[in-house]
Amino acid sequence: MTDPHTSLSHLDLEAPEKPFLDANELVINMGPQHPATHGVLRVILRLDGEKVLGLECVIGYLHRGVEKIGEHRTYTMFNPYVDRMDYVAAVSNGLGYCETVEKLLNVEAPPRAQHVRVILTELNRIASHQLWLGTHALDIGAITPLFYTFRDREEILKIYEKYCGARLTTHAFRIGGLQYETYTGFEKEVKNFLNFFRPKIDEYEELLTTNRIWVERTKNVGTISAPDCIALGVTGPVLRASGVKWDLRKAQPYANYKNFEFDIPIGENGDTYDRYLVRMAEMRQSVRIIEQAVDALPEGPIMAKVPKVMKPAAGEVYHSIEAPKGELGYFIVSDGSTQPYRVRVRPPSFVNLQALDLMCRGQLVADVIAVIGTLDIVLGEVDR
Amino acid sequence: MGQIIQYIESYLGSNQTPGAAGNMFWVLVYIMLVFAGLSVAVIAMNWLERKILAHMQVRLGPMRVGPHGLMQPIADAIKLLLKEDIMPAEADGLIFWVAPFVVVLAAFTTFVVVPFGPTHAITDMNIGILFMLGVSSLSVLGIVMAGWASNSHYPLIGALRSSAQMVSYEVAMGLAVVSAVLMTSLNAEGTGTLSMIGIVKAQFDQGEWFIFKFFPLGLVAFFIFAVAMVAETNRAPFDLAEAESELTAGFHTEYSGFRWSLFFLAEYSAMIAVSSIAVTLWLGGWLRPFPNLLSGSTWELIFSLFPGVTSLFFAAMCFFNVVRMPKHPLFKIQTMGLAGFGVVLGLIGLVLLVPGIRDRVGDIFWFSAKVAGFMYLYIWYRGTFPRYRFDQLMRMGWKVLLPMGLGVLILTAGIALLQEKIWHP
Repeated sequence: MTDPHTSLSHLDLEAPEKPFLDANELVINMGPQHPATHGVLRVILRLDGEKVLGLECVIGYLHRGVEKIGEHRTYTMFNPYVDRMDYVAAVSNGLGYCETVEKLLNVEAPPRAQHVRVILTELNRIASHQLWLGTHALDIGAITPLFYTFRDREEILKIYEKYCGARLTTHAFRIGGLQYETYTGFEKEVKNFLNFFRPKIDEYEELLTTNRIWVERTKNVGTISAPDCIALGVTGPVLRASGVKWDLRKAQPYANYKNFEFDIPIGENGDTYDRYLVRMAEMRQSVRIIEQAVDALPEGPIMAKVPKVMKPAAGEVYHSIEAPKGELGYFIVSDGSTQPYRVRVRPPSFVNLQALDLMCRGQLVADVIAVIGTLDIVLGEVDR
Repeated sequence: MGQIIQYIESYLGSNQTPGAAGNMFWVLVYIMLVFAGLSVAVIAMNWLERKILAHMQVRLGPMRVGPHGLMQPIADAIKLLLKEDIMPAEADGLIFWVAPFVVVLAAFTTFVVVPFGPTHAITDMNIGILFMLGVSSLSVLGIVMAGWASNSHYPLIGALRSSAQMVSYEVAMGLAVVSAVLMTSLNAEGTGTLSMIGIVKAQFDQGEWFIFKFFPLGLVAFFIFAVAMVAETNRAPFDLAEAESELTAGFHTEYSGFRWSLFFLAEYSAMIAVSSIAVTLWLGGWLRPFPNLLSGSTWELIFSLFPGVTSLFFAAMCFFNVVRMPKHPLFKIQTMGLAGFGVVLGLIGLVLLVPGIRDRVGDIFWFSAKVAGFMYLYIWYRGTFPRYRFDQLMRMGWKVLLPMGLGVLILTAGIALLQEKIWHP
């Protein structure tokens, strides 16, 4: 691995490239209403014909002030709000928040709760990656995978619905453990899903992995090197596809991930194709983790002893987890009252998005779409 | 009056196309028929595309308007006609207005020479294939006009992409066509033809479709054309000009309502037009399977029953689904509609079995069936392939298809010459 303190100076993002000879520069607004910017991202593209000279992301169209809201809610009341950030991976957001507050309160969720948390979070990782795959392929022009992934994602959402009543913004976890015991037949249903889902990954891969057009569209597109990733703070599958073996589930084990055996898939070239492969492999690894977790699901309480009114001692805590999109960190400052003094979220999408300019320089317009798709951003999380 | 009737009747015994026979009345009738048939085909294609694509993508597609969504295209057409006619304030009004008509006109005019049968064409030109290629490539003009007149960035990029794409793929397409035309000259007199009807007749005389001629040369030429024609019509995986995820809708981003539907109409009729070129040049046009091998009155009779039997088969499918329809009051009208559709298809099937008629429609049936195969391919491509990027598309056109086309042309010419001079002097 290279030096993590690589400077940003060589990136030189301030000085845009010049158009060829005396060609006119074309400025195009992509978004905020555009079918392929995954929500309300606005990208100001500066083009020389089809070539991208530089681009600027304009964000904030979905800003809801989640962090500010956190300062005016009790710790428990703020829990559902975090689900609305990365709404396709709500469970991961909840896990990060609950664990952070638990760290602040010095409590630990009981083993059964930890196990169920891992199962649901990994299911969520699969669901998030499925949504990414569908929309990414759709952006590149393959419309069919979208429907396949949505068909299979439905099974995960059904499990959520049965567990906690909600499908998308689940609010599945509570500070200190879980509110709900798993329903009867939970283990069996999860296992059934895994058996159902394993061949489906092959089905997706069959459509894309060796598809000539897919390979041509993704190989050497939006390449980003490992030092650049680290300099820009890019995390998650994007970082791993560049060859850096950095997964918080292994690097700073949280929940009870250290009990499970799994590999960290990494890429070599850091291009869109590698990121695709990494995410596909991650889905398989998630299946592995869930399988182990379901098999070893212990009996016992699901809630630790947590005070009714939470008043953590004054102090601050930072805790981060490996969300489907990268490092999701929560920084909470407590002043000893029932409400946080400050909640700061380090969303992976927001940080990863700043690599867009670097990845798109010198590429074509069509690649911008591919790169936005491969970064797997959710605007709810970017804007918060 | 008598003269007029005589003029009309004078054509009936003719074995020429009305255009070639110079009978303007029948030309007009044929134009009307082709226009109506084409419009119905586009409507059917719209429904079929949505249905087939939906079934490939584990969904149902239109189901609400009419039985199995059969009325959906009509509902869409009404919606489009009733929509507000929007023209952007900054657009160049005249060009913006003319562009869709240029595209539609180019797409429809090509059908003047499409031979649905030995006499079933509006006219038979001795430069038929050239006319067809020439007129169909005029549509790029309309696309550029649309993109330019919209005075907006996305349409402009879409139009530029589209024109570059169409122009570069036409070269490869032309080479493939030339190699097929070359094959028509392999007869005793050594006279080739550019007439669409002549090309099909040459395939009949030589006893094989040109796709199998000089295997695999004919096949390769056909492949080049099949790829180029998808690019030519801006369809997936070459739909860069209207790449939804990149350029929202490409050159027709600013168009809506009826104007937009004209582009839609033109796109689909262009698809049918290029498919008919492919069918005419390589797949034997209106010829039924094995016209030389399985000849004789018995085979003639069996093959002439095909159109009617196919129609009856579809009618039977309708009735089968009527039985399968949920027995719920809500589905009553749907069930009745489906049954009615089945009855109409059944009646058409019966009419097509009448001796005088079945001999006349056989060629049209085989031609349409072959074109329908291409239409299915178009839908299949769309369901399977991601989209090419612009530079890859250009590389494919100029660096793969063009050299291939040249090679095929030279090889075909060489073998044809050998055959003429050495093997059969």
